[in-house]
Amino acid sequence: MNLSLLILLPLLTALAVLVVKKPSLVRIISFIGSVLQLGLAIFLYVAYSQERANGNFDTMLFTEQWSIFPSMRISFHLGVDGISVAMIMLTSFVVLAGVLVSWKVEKMTKEFYLLLLLLAMGAYGFFLSLDLFVLFFFLEVAVIPKYLLIGIWGSGKKEYSANKLALMLMGASALVLVGILGVYFAAGKENRTFDILQIVQNVQMSPDAQKIFFPFLFVGFGVFTALFPFHTWVPDGHSSAPTAGSMFLAGISMKLGGYGCLRVATYLLPEGAKEYANIIIILSAIAVLYGAFATMMQKDLKYINAYSSISHCGFVLLGIGMLTKTAITGAVMQMVSHGLMTALFFAVIGMIYERTHTRIVAEMGGLMKAMPFIMTVLFIAGLCSLGLPGFSGFVAEMTVFMGSWENADAFHRIATIAACMSIVVTAVYILRAVGQVAMGPIKASYASLGDASWNEKLAAIVLIIGIVAIGVAPFWLNELVTPGTEVIMNRLGVH
Amino acid sequence: MELTTYTALIVLLPLLGYLLLGLFGKKIFGNSSGLVGTALLLVTTILSFYVAYTYFFVLGNVNGVYQAIKPLQFTWLEFSPGMSIDMGLLLDPISCMMLVVVSFVSLMVHIYSLGYMKGEERYPTYYAHLALFTFSMLGLVLSTNIFQIYMFWELVGVSSFLLIGFYYNKASALAAAKKAFIVTRFADLGFLIGILVLSFYSNTLDISTLIQRLTSPDGNEMKTAVAASFMGLSALTWGLLLVFMGGAGKSAMFPLHIWLPDAMEGPTPVSALIHAATMVVAGVYLVARLFPVFSMSPIVLDFIAYVGAFSALFAAIIACTQTDIKRVLAYSTMSQIGYMMFALGVSGNTSETGLGFTASMFHLFTHAMFKALLFLGAGAVIHYVHSNEMKDMGGLRKKMPITHLTFLIACLAIAGVPLLSGFFSKEEILLAAYQKNMLIYGIALFTSGLTAFYMFRLYFNIFWSKPYESAHESHHGEGGFVMMLPLVLLAIGAAFAGYIPFGKYVSFNGEAHEGHMDIMFSIAPVALAIAGIGLAIFLYKKENEKPGKISASLGALYNSAYHKFYIDEIYLFITKKVLFNVIARPAAWFDKNIIDGMVNMAGDSTVWISGKIKGIQSGKVQQYALYFMAGIIGLVLLLVYVWK
Repeated sequence: MNLSLLILLPLLTALAVLVVKKPSLVRIISFIGSVLQLGLAIFLYVAYSQERANGNFDTMLFTEQWSIFPSMRISFHLGVDGISVAMIMLTSFVVLAGVLVSWKVEKMTKEFYLLLLLLAMGAYGFFLSLDLFVLFFFLEVAVIPKYLLIGIWGSGKKEYSANKLALMLMGASALVLVGILGVYFAAGKENRTFDILQIVQNVQMSPDAQKIFFPFLFVGFGVFTALFPFHTWVPDGHSSAPTAGSMFLAGISMKLGGYGCLRVATYLLPEGAKEYANIIIILSAIAVLYGAFATMMQKDLKYINAYSSISHCGFVLLGIGMLTKTAITGAVMQMVSHGLMTALFFAVIGMIYERTHTRIVAEMGGLMKAMPFIMTVLFIAGLCSLGLPGFSGFVAEMTVFMGSWENADAFHRIATIAACMSIVVTAVYILRAVGQVAMGPIKASYASLGDASWNEKLAAIVLIIGIVAIGVAPFWLNELVTPGTEVIMNRLGVH
Repeated sequence: MELTTYTALIVLLPLLGYLLLGLFGKKIFGNSSGLVGTALLLVTTILSFYVAYTYFFVLGNVNGVYQAIKPLQFTWLEFSPGMSIDMGLLLDPISCMMLVVVSFVSLMVHIYSLGYMKGEERYPTYYAHLALFTFSMLGLVLSTNIFQIYMFWELVGVSSFLLIGFYYNKASALAAAKKAFIVTRFADLGFLIGILVLSFYSNTLDISTLIQRLTSPDGNEMKTAVAASFMGLSALTWGLLLVFMGGAGKSAMFPLHIWLPDAMEGPTPVSALIHAATMVVAGVYLVARLFPVFSMSPIVLDFIAYVGAFSALFAAIIACTQTDIKRVLAYSTMSQIGYMMFALGVSGNTSETGLGFTASMFHLFTHAMFKALLFLGAGAVIHYVHSNEMKDMGGLRKKMPITHLTFLIACLAIAGVPLLSGFFSKEEILLAAYQKNMLIYGIALFTSGLTAFYMFRLYFNIFWSKPYESAHESHHGEGGFVMMLPLVLLAIGAAFAGYIPFGKYVSFNGEAHEGHMDIMFSIAPVALAIAGIGLAIFLYKKENEKPGKISASLGALYNSAYHKFYIDEIYLFITKKVLFNVIARPAAWFDKNIIDGMVNMAGDSTVWISGKIKGIQSGKVQQYALYFMAGIIGLVLLLVYVWK
């Protein structure tokens, strides 16, 4: 399996989009490109599983390496473990769905798709990189398109939101950069490298240095995944972004942060992780509950989903902070689950908005009658969000809970129970919103609205397949992710 | 093994029905959806009876003790070694009994709905949801793993939500559906944490292993679970209390009962299936399933007994005042489940004290028959008069002879009139309470009198009282064959289910439990039942002034019972005033103004500072030269200072 293909494919699709003129051709090329990405991601999963089944227990598989800056030991080094395979599959699902729901974008179609594809490329590159420098490069590649997507195709106070998002994420990137440099320079002169595997093998970073640089990396990446109290770009950014933009933002970009917290911060600086674990737990438990309560008061569907994302992403960081194998596996599952679910949620909000031209919950009602398909999808997204068995959210949350409960002291217990309490609050806000939108008496002006078109249906089905595949048969994801978390656990040296 | 296939099919056929009807119901099946669903369920029911028969009479009994059989079990999600969610099928006396109850009542409701829901716009969706519910409920009773129970538990909850909210464009249906889901979800939070606690100490999620580890007093698991304590109670007690909280939510025990009366917004056959016979007894089933562990903690058992007894009495009092016939039945259900609960609470785990367990399961079985019958009968009445209110009824016995007769049988059964099913199971429960706790026995005895009274109040108000007059003559009569057949079949069950020698088959340890009836013991409850019926005849057989006068003379007591003791209002206060206004609103405000305010402040202050200092970059060479000189002087001074 040639991993660079996964980066080349979106890049080539983007170039092809750049060349052609007709919007319809742009759409078709992007669609074909994203179908191929999905195929490639599934192929990667199969190849990866086979390799593992054949007894290849290397930490990273399918590695490729080209030296690009030998004097500083920077190389284009790619490789995957189960965690990255899971993230790549997530990305490919969301990309395909995002391309499909954007079918009707008329304004600067070409540029729109170009940015989506560049964003996808950045995400793939980020998840594949084994070199911190390259990883950072791809992280930035994934930020810039968001600024333009919101600024140009957004709605509402889009300039404000675009600025806020870009500045906060850039600030976060600066922290990440400091952290990466700290890791780089902590090594002796001969050992300095950006290569993750080399750092793990050869560099003995002193616990003090780890404790200094861990916060930079963790907070930096944490901002991406809505770490409390640096989460405020999430509601504004998501609600101003165009539909596909929100999907990519919540489905993919926020996962860059979670992945970075795990792969870079926790994996490279285990002593730092142990030092700050309790603070992470406090902040993420706050995010889980506080995000859920704040959601209850939101009136706009996009704000509801954005705040609920803060709450759900809190589970990711909570799982990481708990430092048990089960909890970290749960954190990865939650990333995948939340990515699919929230993309579905934003997609369906976009579909509703296109028809009703409002996102205010109180202005809707009884839409089940006019658009049964869209409302069923809304129900599925909502039920997944509130953790109904059969959908992915349940599996991920329960894994986090079980893993958290393995820590037997009072502090961890309280944090876990606090996080568990969110399942009730989530049920409240989801049922309030979904119930109000789909059920109740319908407004006369909405009665004649049409249901989903083929592209919208396909987009929803793609994401639902992902959600159900995890929810009904979670063992495959568990088997995929667990070896990856074991490596991190060994590095942490707990258990 | 054929048993494996059959048992698996019992669960999978309703799932198939759900998928078929859910995905293709509208486009392909249309008006035949009901028949498709019913046919699949008929097969499920036959298989359930077959499996139960095979279990009870062929395979299950080894040397006089019923053994648990697990025809299927596989790992679904492994958390850590030993801790995994397994999907499996468990056959033991209570699960086989529940198989029969769930599939039979569900089949009756399927058939009945062919008539009752005919012409409904979302007819295929209705049958899809029914199939989903049946699937979840059967999965729940066959679970081998406590997390598996939890999963199906949630699925049952969501199907209940969907069915209560079936008439989705009615605001009250939406509100009731939400209420049911959220209240039970709150209870499930307890259940979930209870699972976490119990599994932490037993290091397993498998029910049989968990029971084994947490009931052997010498085992390590048991020792640590009892030794660990929090606020004066052991971890084991806490775990069980929390699990019971989940059960109390589903089974509508006080104070988590508030969703059940509102749940009557759903179509009446749904109320019969979900909110009378099957789902609401899931809590009882849960306690029974983990009974060996519960019996290790006398505190929890007492708690269960008191909660059950109080709920029984509390609901019975309210039932006497309600005028919506479905609400009367809803409170009656809550009251009867209270009986089952406290029967478990007064049960012990020795062959002398284990009567309560058998009695509870027995009552669950008979109650399913007569309560489903009552609801379906009420449905036929509502179908006929197009109203839920007693004042719109009366004198229907001539118009609806079959409904009247079957309803009467059910009323007699629930009132505990001798020779009908309810009599036998209630006697056993009373006996079990009598042996353990006189206070609970007293409450139960008094409540059984109340039960007879409110049931016959209902009966006379519907079928006697005044001659039936209506502006419109009903066009469909009593309801066709499909609606009457389930009534008759259930009436047979309600009349004769009591003759099953239940103790032989269902007991807490699998050994036959000899029940013995004592005529002397039965005198008090039967007398009270007859007194209750007599009072109802006196007050309600003919329309008169007496009931009004009595309720007026009872004043505050009657009013508060009529308003369900204002429990709803208390909840509303807590949720609206406390949760929304004290927690959620400040949280949203804090986020918008403080946290986001700081972010904006950071942005604004950057702009402000740069605005202030941008004058330095003036482009004037003279100014730069000045800065340059000042800098050099400053550096020199610093250097001199450092030098010294």
